[in-house]
Amino acid sequence: MPAPGKDPATLPDPGGAGTRAAEAPLVLRVTGVAKAFPGVQAIRTASLEVRRGEIHALVGENGAGKSTLIKVVTGAHRPDRGTVELNGRPVRISDPRDALHAGVAAIYQEFDLIPALSARENLFLGREPRHRLDVREERRRAREVFDRLGIAIDPEALVRDLPVAHQQLVEIARALLADARLLIMDEPTAALTPREVETLFGILADLRRREIGILFISHRLDEVFHHADRVTVMRDGATLGTWPLPELTREALIEKMVGRPLEAEFPKVRAAAGVARLTVRGLRGGRVREATFAARAGEVLGIAGLVGAGRTDLVRLIFGADRPEGGTVLLDGQPVTIRSPWDAIRRGICLLTEDRANQGLVLGLSARENFALPNLGHWSRVGWIAEGRERAAFLHYVESLNIRVAGPEQAARHLSGGNQQKLLVARWLESDSRVVIFDEPTRGIDVGAKYEMYLLINDLAARGKAIVMISSELPEILGMSDRVLVMHQGRITGEITDVAGATQEQVLELAVR
Amino acid sequence: MNAFSRFLSQYGMLFVLLLLCVFFSLATLREQHPAGAGAARALERQIVAAAAPDGAHAGAAVLIAARAGEADLRFARELARRLAARGRPAAAVVTGDPAALREALESFAGAGRDLLVATLETDAPIVRGVLASFPALTATPILTPPAHRWPTFLLADNLRNVANQIAVIAILAIGMTMVIVTGGIDLSVGSLIALAAVVTAGLIGHLGGEAATAGGMLLAGAAAIGICALIGSFSGLMITRFAVPPFIATLGMMQVTSGIAYILSQGKPIYRVPDGLVTLGRGTEPLLGLPYAVLMMAGLYLVAHLLMSRTTLGRYVYAVGGNAEAARLAGVRVRAVQMFVYVTCAALAGLGGVVMASQLKSGAPTYGLMYELYVIAAVVVGGTSLSGGEGRILGTLIGAFIIAVIQNGMNLTNVESYTQKVVLGLVILGAVLLDRMKHRGLGRRRAAH
Repeated sequence: MPAPGKDPATLPDPGGAGTRAAEAPLVLRVTGVAKAFPGVQAIRTASLEVRRGEIHALVGENGAGKSTLIKVVTGAHRPDRGTVELNGRPVRISDPRDALHAGVAAIYQEFDLIPALSARENLFLGREPRHRLDVREERRRAREVFDRLGIAIDPEALVRDLPVAHQQLVEIARALLADARLLIMDEPTAALTPREVETLFGILADLRRREIGILFISHRLDEVFHHADRVTVMRDGATLGTWPLPELTREALIEKMVGRPLEAEFPKVRAAAGVARLTVRGLRGGRVREATFAARAGEVLGIAGLVGAGRTDLVRLIFGADRPEGGTVLLDGQPVTIRSPWDAIRRGICLLTEDRANQGLVLGLSARENFALPNLGHWSRVGWIAEGRERAAFLHYVESLNIRVAGPEQAARHLSGGNQQKLLVARWLESDSRVVIFDEPTRGIDVGAKYEMYLLINDLAARGKAIVMISSELPEILGMSDRVLVMHQGRITGEITDVAGATQEQVLELAVR
Repeated sequence: MNAFSRFLSQYGMLFVLLLLCVFFSLATLREQHPAGAGAARALERQIVAAAAPDGAHAGAAVLIAARAGEADLRFARELARRLAARGRPAAAVVTGDPAALREALESFAGAGRDLLVATLETDAPIVRGVLASFPALTATPILTPPAHRWPTFLLADNLRNVANQIAVIAILAIGMTMVIVTGGIDLSVGSLIALAAVVTAGLIGHLGGEAATAGGMLLAGAAAIGICALIGSFSGLMITRFAVPPFIATLGMMQVTSGIAYILSQGKPIYRVPDGLVTLGRGTEPLLGLPYAVLMMAGLYLVAHLLMSRTTLGRYVYAVGGNAEAARLAGVRVRAVQMFVYVTCAALAGLGGVVMASQLKSGAPTYGLMYELYVIAAVVVGGTSLSGGEGRILGTLIGAFIIAVIQNGMNLTNVESYTQKVVLGLVILGAVLLDRMKHRGLGRRRAAH
């Protein structure tokens, strides 16, 4: 364990003079915190300072200890060692109420809102009775805080009827009402559209002017570089240091996170595409009004578009997850009828959903069982499973895909995002699908795992499979696809064949036309 | 903490069951007076020794006195057989009430011959009372089998009783475990018991009544199970096709089924069945004396355990309960799996109804009342989570036995029935608490990642 004094994050910031908030007093100081759980040293040593009026990004691979660190600050976990100081005073927070009293508000990916209550009721929930206001007063103050944030939300609208972005803003408004001095956000942009992300950072910039310290976790390096003042990097349960952002290049940041230099962000291998494996003609249903395209053997077909353009609906129709209203699907030239995912899987189509936790994995089952679910027929006779062969097959993939599991019986919920995704890839590799559809293959997974995922996609294409890849990250679409389709309002509005020469602006233009 | 919670979750309930057995064994430790064939064995030696030429009552005539109950008859017959085999046949065997004994003794009172009465400890005071009314016989010795200290709870008869009484609930709990693992619930099982019992008894009535053949009875039972499976498929259809919540769908079917049972039986018990019907419910196999119902229960548990742990279908059941949408997108035919569990659950409830009709030698629409709650309790006490996705068949067996042992133990220790309800309720709450603790442990580990 390094002595706390040698930890770079506790040293005076060498580049601080160049940042806006250089002289501002600290709102949060974490010194030498360590935290272990049974069997896991989640944080070895972490130190971190957030100043008043700064936007501070916390980055690192999954499992680096970012979430645990945040939970130590908000009192959800008690540190084994080290101290947490807020506004210059050591504090011991034991629950979210304490945290609010101490001026800390945390917004997690799952919001702490009650869906069946209105925005106003949620804003004033949990206040002591003596602070209770009458409804009119509450409504007035709700309007006031929404106005201050520059957002148009009806205080009486039920939270469950609000879009995700607005729900998040209700949480921010609640933090403002509680007079929070430190706002902590865990991957605030993961579920937002690009426009909503801009709105959110506009509001955060406004909060920064009000001297509020903001600490956010993000996997999207673009937004870290665009919006954060400083960044703290965590790796393997330790903070490596804090850097003012203008001084750091993207490559340097990635290297710090991964711990080794990366050759390129996208290891694309371009190969000659073969015959059409998947042909879709006039498919419609859900948001999809009409879609006609073909995906060829050995190619990665990217599908770009805004959230809500119908990309996910399209692949769900192909996979049989939803019933199409019309259209035909051909596999290797043969028309096929697909009424359910079961049909699709038998015919060699597989889908890696964007929402791994809810639509990909059965989290309570073991990694092995999740891997085996659609493939049980490979190791069973009249329904009787040969468990030894099943386990051997799984261990083969654990090794070849470098899946980090404690063992085949580890519950899927305990795997990191990247390893969960690899587990699903292993599942569909074993099922030997001809068409592999990825919906946001790298959402929520860290830089190192992203790279490995790209290598896997290359590998699948090299085996002659047709890959369809939906992604909201334009660099990823352009970096990994051989051909790109752009969707807008349920239709395919454009195709880019010269991907290497295309720009993000070109794609965006097609996506909003 | 980790190892401890794992131990609790895997073996906790077995441990609780053993503890309960030890507790009730100690609480019911008392003087035991043998009965039945065992008593005859013990008494044979005493009588032969006493009536031997050099014994205390050399040459005395032996009179065996017993009541007319099943165990008493077994005692009397076995003792008579054994004495005859030893060349000292009993002079008389009296089975029945004190009047019959008095009648038999009258002939001995006049004969002036030495007499020895062999009887059970429980009947000795009555025999003594009757002897007192014959002046010539007041000194007649009464021999009873020797007593020994042993827990009433652990008597073979009692253990057999525990197993036999829980058999119906335990059989139903198999299907209920599968349903609950998929994240559902089936409230109609109690009514299905009644319907199956009524259909069984009613059909036997049509197939010859008291004169029905074994084949007829089998046919009636199979038909009852088939009808229950059909009703289960209807519940399954409501749940899978029309997305009616299982609680509501089976609540409705619970009323419908119960109503049908009342209509079919016109609200009255059906007794027109042959004696042979009780073989399944009360009969025991000759080797170890295990009741057939218990053997069947054990067999079903073995099959269900293998099904749930070693087959693709079992794996799908867990997957559907863990996350139905993820399972569907992994190619599991979720509706077929749900259909399977509801049909299986209903068919097993039907089998439970047949067993109950056999145990009670009749069919009535009042059977199985509130059984769904006992069955669910057994499943929950056995460690299956009501939120679905986890649970073990053998855990349910343990859960059923915990309930049976507590009920039986409280009966033996004379706890009144009102108090029994309170205790059983607390046991169920305790089991759920244990389940929550287990989950909190999981939550803590999840937070580490």
